[in-house]
Amino acid sequence: MLELIVISTLNGLLFGMLLFLLSSGLTVIFSMMGVLNFAHASFYMLGAFFGFQLTKWIGFWPALLLAPLLVGAIGMAVERYGLRNTHKHGHVAELLLTFGLAFAIEEIVAMMWGRSPVDYRVPALLDFPAFTIFSTNYPAYKIFMLAVSIVIFVALLIVLKRTRVGLIVQAALTHPHMVGHLGHNVGRVFMLVFGVGSALAGIAGVIAGPALVTQSDMAAALGPILFVVIVFGGLGSLPGAFIASLVIGLVQTFAVALNGSLASAFGPLDPSAGPSVLTDIWNVTIAQVAPIVPYLLLVIILIVRPMGLMGTRES
Amino acid sequence: MQKLIIAAAAALTVLGGAAFAQETIKIGYIDPLSGGGASVGEGGLKTFQYLADEINAKGGILGRKIEILPLDNKTNPQESLVQAQKAIDAGARYITQGNGSSVAAALSDFITKNNTRNPGKEVLYFNYAAVDPSLTNEKCSFWHFRWDASSDIKMEALTSYMKDVPAIKKVYLINQDYSFGQSVRADARKMLGAKRPDIQIVGDELHPLLKITDFSPYIAKIKASGADSVVTGNWGQDIALLLKAAADAGLKVNWYTYYAGGAGGPTAIKQTGLDHQVFQITEGFANSGHQPAMEFEKAFRAKVNMSLWYPRAVNEMRMFKAAAEKANSLDPVKVAAALEDLKFEVLDGGEGLMRKDDHQFFQPIYISSFGKLAANEPFDEEGTGWGWHLVSKIDTSKTMVPTTCKMTRP
Repeated sequence: MLELIVISTLNGLLFGMLLFLLSSGLTVIFSMMGVLNFAHASFYMLGAFFGFQLTKWIGFWPALLLAPLLVGAIGMAVERYGLRNTHKHGHVAELLLTFGLAFAIEEIVAMMWGRSPVDYRVPALLDFPAFTIFSTNYPAYKIFMLAVSIVIFVALLIVLKRTRVGLIVQAALTHPHMVGHLGHNVGRVFMLVFGVGSALAGIAGVIAGPALVTQSDMAAALGPILFVVIVFGGLGSLPGAFIASLVIGLVQTFAVALNGSLASAFGPLDPSAGPSVLTDIWNVTIAQVAPIVPYLLLVIILIVRPMGLMGTRES
Repeated sequence: MQKLIIAAAAALTVLGGAAFAQETIKIGYIDPLSGGGASVGEGGLKTFQYLADEINAKGGILGRKIEILPLDNKTNPQESLVQAQKAIDAGARYITQGNGSSVAAALSDFITKNNTRNPGKEVLYFNYAAVDPSLTNEKCSFWHFRWDASSDIKMEALTSYMKDVPAIKKVYLINQDYSFGQSVRADARKMLGAKRPDIQIVGDELHPLLKITDFSPYIAKIKASGADSVVTGNWGQDIALLLKAAADAGLKVNWYTYYAGGAGGPTAIKQTGLDHQVFQITEGFANSGHQPAMEFEKAFRAKVNMSLWYPRAVNEMRMFKAAAEKANSLDPVKVAAALEDLKFEVLDGGEGLMRKDDHQFFQPIYISSFGKLAANEPFDEEGTGWGWHLVSKIDTSKTMVPTTCKMTRP
């Protein structure tokens, strides 16, 4: 049992940190521009595919550096030539732009790399078990993923909280006009933030690609859960996104590990009633409902605390 | 300029008319070509295209060439019906599908209704891989023919083998959460309980179909349960990723599977180092030792660059040709009648029978294990150097299971 708890905690932390890499960019972009970027998970997918392609050409380590830069550049271009132009037409236009972009990216990726999974492998250098707890191996690559996520989290925190750049970004989040009047180029700040946010998603893609599955529907599979994370954590709140990512990562992993069902808690239903919809529901285990648990959390938090865990405004 | 266009249009019409005169036999291939099932769907498509080419090279069926229409259903029953209608509109009178019993049930129902509404324009449904027993029992249809052994036939054979392995004490069941996975789990419980009541079922898991990208939480759970064997009907990426996660965690158990041989499976098994500890149940395999099958395998690998996952697809297409020639017609109703009770020498040797009562094909079944190759076993999988090795063969007569099908005939 202890073994299951330790391994599940590690797996949950890892998934949570991966979610944070994605949701941090998304939530900062939201609080700055007031736009939910539907294409954010697509940048994650682009990161994975660029990582795969560059790994083939120049190896994994240069790819780890180059692919996020490429994704960041694409992100900046989207902000500069797309979002900035639609901004004057209001949020709905911006939302629709990112919405269309998500579909376009998916189709382009499918055209270039096909619809079936690509063979994106863990680099040979990291392809060994890092350690063994109670006879279960834990792959070195997963430890590497965890390390990268933590380094980025710390770096992000320092930049935002301890540097001048962070100061301006934070000010522009709440008072863009004042920051503009003080002589800063707010447009450029937005573009940079959008670029960095996309690059973070790109990094998540490069490192998650080999561990999970790199294919053209990976953005669509991850997109909804990202929105859960940022709504749960509170729109625009970085600490909120961090906590929500870990909570959802752990909840989803532990839900799989649990076997409980209504039947095991209260005993089986009277068999004379025969099989019915009710017996189906009665016998469903927590593990079976694991994939919908995050969405249930979303519904509950919206009812109980609409601004999210750490959010400050209701929107 | 305008005259030129008119001339070109006229020429096109003539050419089109000429093409129409020697119309092909269109077979709608409806399977996932995107998403989680794409790897198996694309493998199946290549197999059917190869088989069509093979028959076409020998003059086709009754002088007409076969054309495979690839249609992507995304493993989604609703999408499959749209694609089936598309196939019918394009002139297909035959449809083949395999991945997903939920899809198969929807298709069988759709085609049955279509055929009642459109007499004279019937469509036949050739099922090469959807193995939910209900398709040839309570949901059976005259228009549906199945070439793969149904799930209960496979489980009957698998448990008969497991019965005689005393080392099996604790079994873990992990399956996909839909009709097929549920039938595997129910059959395993029932049959293991009857044949080896001393075996303990230490886990019984259902997970979402083709949606999991990381199975490590499930592997941690299997590990914690203390199981020595796992029984799974998983297919597509669900078996490959399950084995991959097991390899990463260093889980050492025996695997009794339906589809470990699919894309990615062999690579993951080699990585775990489980030499001859992963078993698969099929109607044929590369190293079966039957000469014509091994020659076919060699030619197939040389051209398509994958191993033959679906010997049943070979049986399906060859029997289609045999039935059409026996009926001397390509009218689906007549072909269907000719297929009933048709006996046929299957690819891997031995006689198979398409039972009239339920349109289930019965054939010899093999249990094989994956590991280092013996001298007389030439074929490895996915470049691993390991391949499938014969463990047990079950003859056609021993695979006959009863049916409850009451078929409505036209």
